[in-house]
Amino acid sequence: MAKTAQQTLSCYHCGDECNTIIKAHEKNFCCEGCRSVYEILNKNGMCDYYEISNNPGLSQRIKVREDKFAFLDEENIQASLINFRDDEQTHVTFYLPQMHCSSCLWLLENLYRLNDGVITSKVNFPRKEADIIFDHNKVSLRKVAELLTSIGYEPYISLNNLKKKTTSYDRSKLFKLGVAGFCFANIMLLSFPEYLGIDTKEQGLVNIFRYLNLILSLPVFFYSATEFYSSAWSGLKHRFLNIDAPIVLEILIAFGRSVYEVLSGTGGGYFDSMAGIVFFMLVGRVLQDKVYRQLSFERDYTSYFPVAVTLVKEEKDEIVTLPDIKLDDTLLIHSQELIPADGIITKGKALIDYSFVTGESLPVAKEMGEIVYAGGKQVEGNIEILVIKEVAQSYLTKLWNKEEKQRVVENERSFVHMMARYFTVILFSIAIAAAIYWQINDPSKTWNAVTAVLIVACPCALLLSNTFTNGNVLRILGRNEFYLRNAQTIEDIAAVDHIVFDKTGTLTTGRYNDVDYNGQTLSSDLKKKIASLAAQSTHPMSKAILKWLDVSQRYTVQGFKEKAGKGIEGIVAEDVISLGSELFVTGNRHSKNNQSSVYLSVEGELIGVFTFRNHYRDEIPVLLRKLQKNYSISVLSGDNDGEKNYLERLLGKGHQLLFNKSPEAKLYAIEALQQQGKKVMMIGDGLNDAGALKQADVGIAISEESNSFTPASDAILKADKLKYLYSFIKACKANKKVVLFAFVISVLYNIVGLSFAVQGTLSPLIAAILMPASSLSILLITFGMSNFLANRLRLK
Amino acid sequence: MSVIIILMIASICVAAMFLGLFIRSIKKGQYDDEVSPPVRILFDDKPSSLHKESKPNQ
Repeated sequence: MAKTAQQTLSCYHCGDECNTIIKAHEKNFCCEGCRSVYEILNKNGMCDYYEISNNPGLSQRIKVREDKFAFLDEENIQASLINFRDDEQTHVTFYLPQMHCSSCLWLLENLYRLNDGVITSKVNFPRKEADIIFDHNKVSLRKVAELLTSIGYEPYISLNNLKKKTTSYDRSKLFKLGVAGFCFANIMLLSFPEYLGIDTKEQGLVNIFRYLNLILSLPVFFYSATEFYSSAWSGLKHRFLNIDAPIVLEILIAFGRSVYEVLSGTGGGYFDSMAGIVFFMLVGRVLQDKVYRQLSFERDYTSYFPVAVTLVKEEKDEIVTLPDIKLDDTLLIHSQELIPADGIITKGKALIDYSFVTGESLPVAKEMGEIVYAGGKQVEGNIEILVIKEVAQSYLTKLWNKEEKQRVVENERSFVHMMARYFTVILFSIAIAAAIYWQINDPSKTWNAVTAVLIVACPCALLLSNTFTNGNVLRILGRNEFYLRNAQTIEDIAAVDHIVFDKTGTLTTGRYNDVDYNGQTLSSDLKKKIASLAAQSTHPMSKAILKWLDVSQRYTVQGFKEKAGKGIEGIVAEDVISLGSELFVTGNRHSKNNQSSVYLSVEGELIGVFTFRNHYRDEIPVLLRKLQKNYSISVLSGDNDGEKNYLERLLGKGHQLLFNKSPEAKLYAIEALQQQGKKVMMIGDGLNDAGALKQADVGIAISEESNSFTPASDAILKADKLKYLYSFIKACKANKKVVLFAFVISVLYNIVGLSFAVQGTLSPLIAAILMPASSLSILLITFGMSNFLANRLRLK
Repeated sequence: MSVIIILMIASICVAAMFLGLFIRSIKKGQYDDEVSPPVRILFDDKPSSLHKESKPNQ
């Protein structure tokens, strides 16, 4: 071990700063975990891993419990996880959230070199999944999971995996798009003779072209367009005319009239227009789907809970799946495991991290006999609990289930759907007016004019303008790592007038980074000693102290002891140094709130106290100042009001600050705001905000990693992009202007088309030019405008 | 006239062939993951097992 270091070295494996340096193979590692990964790869000649990207690994400081995957030996659990099994092979898909770079991809696809039993492995990068095929006669499922864990990719297996197989991406729209594109292009080509005027003598040839068009239009009408039929039909069933309804009407009429014309030999019909509409509309839908494939907004508690736990029995411990847990069962909870059901501790001392549930960032110590709630994570040591409520009845799960009041028919609020109604009404009045006029003046033209009106008055330009603008804005926001659930969310964000922030994890980083020191002045030698001691522990507070001390040199520490939830102690250069809670260091307990302070003593003498503050994200003050101008702001926190003064200074007067709020209280606070007629946006992170996020008009989940699990929400925002929130909101507002502008243009196109149609002079040629021209120009306008606006807002 | 018909049939057949290929590529999952294939192609496939034998210590 190197004792001195001139500068901080970074770990060869994970690139993290090394506090204690482990030298091996002429490389530096920050921890044993990183070193062992390197050794596994080195042994197998797979050091290419380190050449593809720099420091590709992730820190291995937190070790994975040895028999963590023991549950994978259970037959019934295996059966629900694997995709396929025969005599020789097993196919399984693992979700590997640690996957992040091309090195990961390379390593995971070369698994067979690490273990003979693995036949092939294939990575789906956007989904962070690996499909692994292995020979179960040579290696067990558990061994595969452990192999992945040993190289730093621990599979994430949650209760959710038990319920349903991961559904693969829906490819049906792509098929439909392909077919529509093929037919559209060919119909266009075959319509040329008709448009350019074919010799009337060649009537046979004309008919061949027409019938070919008819045949080509069948797959479009009966297959590709089904997308719209089902959507329009489900709208009609709810007595609601959605935007797909006029499209379907148009497709039906265009197809019907064209078939009639061809069969009766009176004309070529409008097959190309019809196929074109279907094709362009499908393009919009496919693009929209693409943005959202890998994101999941519909998570429930099962995605967070483990698959199985250890059940303590008199004879032998047993592994059971979560749904099989019954009342009065005794469960063994290992270190770093989530507590799956409410229970009473019967053995061991618990130190539980409830950050997931309450947002409180420091672990809470619980003694025997105390109640622990599901959702907490046991941080150190093993405990046993007696189940007092079943999994589905637990406090946390009940909170999730309660909010199942879905927002139904939210589409009705949408601007486009409102327009669609007007559009349909106006369209029919024009058609009727034209019918009456021609009935009086020239009855022979009635049929012609009415169908032409219905064909040419295409809501598709309007709809395209909307789909494409929304799609483009979603993509722009997505590039900036702000992922919205759907296009409706854009409108919702634009309508917001009140913003509620969660404190811990949202406004703050969730880590205790800011340290204040009170007490005797620390000499540089003492600092060095304290740093040496603190470097031995992985506790967040030790790390924060280490950072605050800012000394790179270290002494050797002897007799190091770490007591979970209490403190650390050791002999550094012949001094006994203790760091920890008041009780641990001084033996007494005076102050009420000792959670966010660490006491320091040297040789039994109290030297000083470190106090910790949540670290506010750097850009928060600026963001809040910007937002204040246009929005009222609330802060809801599960924490105590220790930072009230600071927040008051940040926000100024007239803003609501609420502390010590339970998850339900947060939900009710949002509800109360909504009852005042406010459109509320809630921004939060942990599960404790889940209720509030759902209740709010727009719920934005903050996530440190864009693919880590977040509560169900309308949008997911990557934590370090929070500073752009103001620009995001502005972009959503601009979106509406672009749609409106494109809408005006599409109305102009419609007026031109209709003016031909009502006179009964709409030739298929004009329709064939007008339709693609309007669609394409709308497309260009919306793309150009939304990109221009995004540029002005300095979004990528 | 007959030439045109033959040409037309030929052109549609060619287009249909491409449609078929497109459908096949969707079925094979080419559009499921658009990130990894471009990265994957850049990896050198070293004959790793031979490599290992010749240099057992590395």
